[in-house]
Amino acid sequence: MEEQTPSQNNWLKKVWFSVRIPFLAIILALLVGAIILLVSGANPLEAYWQLFKGAFGSWRNIQRVLEKSTPLIFAGLAVALGFKAGLFNIGAQGQLLLGALMAGYVGFAVKGLPAYIHIPLALLAGLLTGAVFAAIPGLLRAYSGAHEVISTIMLNYVAINLSDYFSEGPWKDTTPGNIVSRLPAIQPSAEIPNIGPVPVGFIVAVLTSLLIWFVINRTTFGFEINSVGLNPHASKYAGMRTKLLIVAAMVVSGALAGVGGAVETMGVVGRFQPGFNTGLGFDGITVALLARNNPIAVILSSLFLGAMKGGANTMQFYANVPNQIIDIIQGTMLLFVTAEMVVRWVFKLRKQRDTEITVTSGWGQR
Amino acid sequence: MDNTYSKTADALMDTDKSVILEAKHIYKTFPGTVANDDVSLELRKGEVLALLGENGAGKSTLMNVIYGLYTQDKGEIFLNGEPYAIDNPHDAINAGIGMVHQHFMLVPVFSVLENMMLGAETTKGPFLNKKAAEAKLRDLSESFGLEIDPHAIIEELPVGLQQRVEILKALYRDVEILILDEPTAVLTPQETEELFKIMRRLTERGVSIVFITHKLKEVLAVADRIIIMRRGKVVGTTTPAETDEHGLASMMVGREVILEVEKAPAQVGKVVLEIEHLNIHDNNQMHSVRDISLSVRAGEVLGIAGVQGNGQSEFVEAITGLRRYNSGEIRIDGKRMPQEKPRTLVEHGMAHIPEDRQKHGLVLQYPLTSNFVLCTYYREPFSRHGILNENEILRNAEELMERFDVRAPSPVTVAGDLSGGNQQKVIVGRELSREVSLVIANQPTRGLDVGSIEYIHKTLIEMRDAGVGVLLVSSELDEIMSISDRIAVIYRGEILAVLDAAEASREEIGLLMAGHISE
Ligand SMILES: Nc1ncnc2c1ncn2[C@@H]1O[C@H](COP(=O)(O)OP(=O)(O)O)[C@@H](O)[C@H]1O
Ligand SMILES: [Mg+2]
Repeated sequence: MEEQTPSQNNWLKKVWFSVRIPFLAIILALLVGAIILLVSGANPLEAYWQLFKGAFGSWRNIQRVLEKSTPLIFAGLAVALGFKAGLFNIGAQGQLLLGALMAGYVGFAVKGLPAYIHIPLALLAGLLTGAVFAAIPGLLRAYSGAHEVISTIMLNYVAINLSDYFSEGPWKDTTPGNIVSRLPAIQPSAEIPNIGPVPVGFIVAVLTSLLIWFVINRTTFGFEINSVGLNPHASKYAGMRTKLLIVAAMVVSGALAGVGGAVETMGVVGRFQPGFNTGLGFDGITVALLARNNPIAVILSSLFLGAMKGGANTMQFYANVPNQIIDIIQGTMLLFVTAEMVVRWVFKLRKQRDTEITVTSGWGQR
Repeated sequence: MDNTYSKTADALMDTDKSVILEAKHIYKTFPGTVANDDVSLELRKGEVLALLGENGAGKSTLMNVIYGLYTQDKGEIFLNGEPYAIDNPHDAINAGIGMVHQHFMLVPVFSVLENMMLGAETTKGPFLNKKAAEAKLRDLSESFGLEIDPHAIIEELPVGLQQRVEILKALYRDVEILILDEPTAVLTPQETEELFKIMRRLTERGVSIVFITHKLKEVLAVADRIIIMRRGKVVGTTTPAETDEHGLASMMVGREVILEVEKAPAQVGKVVLEIEHLNIHDNNQMHSVRDISLSVRAGEVLGIAGVQGNGQSEFVEAITGLRRYNSGEIRIDGKRMPQEKPRTLVEHGMAHIPEDRQKHGLVLQYPLTSNFVLCTYYREPFSRHGILNENEILRNAEELMERFDVRAPSPVTVAGDLSGGNQQKVIVGRELSREVSLVIANQPTRGLDVGSIEYIHKTLIEMRDAGVGVLLVSSELDEIMSISDRIAVIYRGEILAVLDAAEASREEIGLLMAGHISE
C-alpha cells in the first residue's frame, strides 16, 4: 500500500472517532457475555460461533436477520429523531404496538384489494396510528410542560391495554378452535413479499433511513428540529415555533414507530398478536444510542441487533446456551454506550467534543 | 477613585525577588489553533504577575498547562529551579500551585467546609474529621482576613463569596502559587476592590499570584509586573510605572486603540420603534416593568442606563418577542407588533443582539455556518422549498467571517469553541448583515476585550449613521455615555428620565441610576 494522503487519513480518523465508542461498547459487552457464559459452564467461542452461524449460515437465516432488522430500523429511527429534537420517546413501544394493531386490522378486514394498494394502505394505517398516539405526549410536553418520559411510559400501558382489548374483544380471531387472543391472519394481499432473500420491507426501511437522514441534515425542518433539540432558547429567539416543532417531532417519531409495528405484522408475524412485538420499541432505544442518532448508522446497528436475535435460537439449540444471554449482552451494550465514560476509561480514550451525544434534556427544563 | 488603585512604592521595586516558577518556550496547539506559541514567563516570590491579553490570546491555556490540566506539546517548566512535570491538577496542588478558574469548580449543594475538604479530606480513622477541618478553615480565614461562614451552602452565596471560597480552597491546600483566571469578570466594582485587598494580603504573606485579566485599569491597580499576550505569543513585559492604559491597550491589540468613540452628530429621521405604556408583572405580581413609553428614531442611538436587575432584561425580552407583556403596545414603523413573535419582528427589520449570547444568541454545538443563518435559514438564498442550500450557507459564513473579523479556524468550527469576543462578532455579523431598520443591543460588549468592544461600538455607530435606529441597553455607564445620542435611565422598572446625551453629566445619570430624581 502507498502512504495515505492526509485527507484520506483525516477522513478515516473522523469515521473512527464517530464509531469508536459504540464499537468498543459492543466489544466490551461481548466480553462480559463471554465471561457470563464461562461462569455458567459454556464455551463462549462455541456459543458465539453458533450465534454467527444462526444469523448468517444460510440464505434463509440471512433473510430472517433482515426481517428482524426491519422493524428495528423503524423503531431506531423513531427514537433517534426524538433525541434530535431533545425528546426521549420511550413511548415508541406503545406507538409501535398500536401501529401493528391497526395494520393487522386493515390487513385482515379490508378484502379484495390488489397487493400494491393493500400493502401501502395497511402501512399507512400503522403510520397514522403511531403518529396520532405520539401526538398526545407531544402536545402535553409542548403546552403543559409534562415531561415526555413520564407521559409516554404511562401511554405505553394504555397501548398494551387497548391492543389486548381489541385482540380479545371486537377484532378477535374467531377461527374455530382458536383460544388465543389475537387478530385473524392478514390477507395474502397485505403480506410484504421478498425479493430473493431480501424482504421488501427492509428495502423500504433503508430508503426511509436515507430520507430521514436527508430531512435532518438538509432541510429547514431538520434544521429546526436540531436547533430545538440543542438550544430551545436560541430557537425561540430565531423565530422558530418551538412548541409546534416539539409536537411535529413527536408525530414523525410516532409515525416511524407505527410503521415499524406495521412491517412486523405484515412481514414477520402475519397477523397482530399481542406479545409478538413486545420490546421492539425499547430495542429502538438501543439501536438509536448505538447509532448515535445517525439515521444511516441506524441501519447498521439494527442489522447487528437483528443478527443477534436471528442467531439466538441456533445458539440456544447447538451451544446449549439460554437465549437470555442475548438480552444480557444487549443490556450491557446499552449500559456501555450510555455510560461512555466507562468505555473511555477502559480503553484510555481522550474526550472528543463531536462524539458527545445528548440523551435527553433534563427534567422540567424548558 | 484612582486613589484606590495606587500602591506602595516598594512593591514596585522588588525586582530582586527570587524566581519561584519559570515556564520556558511553551508550545500548545489545539486542532486548528496555536494557543501558546513559544511562551516564556517567570513568576517571582510574593508578586502579583498580571497576564494581560484579549480573549483567545492563550492566557487560560498557559495556566492550564502549569496547573496540569493540559500537557504542553513542547517546552519546560521549573518550580523553584527544579524541573516540574505533572499531568494532573492533583499533583499541581501537591506541588503548591492552586488555580481559581473562570468557571468555579465548587459543589453547589455542599457547604463551604465540605467543599474545602473535598479531595483533601482530614480524617480520623475511617471518618472525616470535620472539627479539625473547620478549625483549620477558621484559622485561614482569620489570618488572611477572608471572612466566611464555614456552614453556608455554596449556591446560596453571592458570586463574590463563592470566589472567596475558591481562594480559601487553594489556601487550605497550602499553595504558594495562586492562579486567578479572570477573577473580576463576575464581580461588582466594590467586590473587585475587596479582591485586590485580599491579593495584597496574600502577597505580603509570601504567596505569588498570577492574575489573568483583559481589563487595563485592574492591571495598573494591582500588578507588580505585567506580561502581555497576543495570539498565543508574549508580546511584552512591563510594569504599571512604565506604562498607561493606552500603552497597554495598543500592546494587547497590536495597534493604536481608540478608547473613545468618534462620531458625527446624529442625522435623525422618522420614528422606527414606539413603545407605549408597557407593563410586565413578574411571577409575584410585582411590576418588573412599569409603564414604559419610549421611541427610537432612525439615525439615533437611544441608550438605556441602569444598574443591572432593574427590569432591563424583561423589557428587552418583551420588545424582542421573547416574553409576554401584560399591557402596552409596541410598534415598528407605525405597525403594531404581535406578542411573542420574534420572526415577525425580524421580518419588520429588527435585529437583536441578546444579553446572553450563549443562551439566546447561538447554538453552541452548531458550526458557524449554521449560526450565521439562524434567523434567516428559511429564506432564499439559504433554502428553497424547504431544502437547505449548503453552498450558499457556507459562502455566507465565509463572507461574514471576513467582514466582521471573526477569528476561527474555519467556517465549520463549532461556535462553542470560539472565544467570547468572536462569539459576539458572529452574532453581530448575523444580525447586522441583513436589511434592518432597528437594532436592539442588550449588553453587547459584556465580558469582551478592548479590541472587540471597540469594534462593536464602531459597528453600532456605523448602523446609526446609515439611518438605523439603535436601542442600546447597558449597565456600563461609560458605554452608554460614549455612544448614545439620548439617554434614558431605568430604575426599578421605570424610566425616570430621558436626557440629551450632549448635556447629561455622569453625576446626574449616576444619581438617577440610584433612584434620585433631581428637580
Ligand atoms: N480545549 C480547547 N480545544 C480547542 N481549542 C481551544 C481549547 N481551549 C482553548 N482553545 C483555543 O485556544 C486559544 C486560546 O484560548 P484561551 O487560552 O482560552 O484564551 P484566553 O484565556 O486568553 O482567552 C483560543 O483560540 C481558543 O479557541
Ligand atoms: Mg481565558
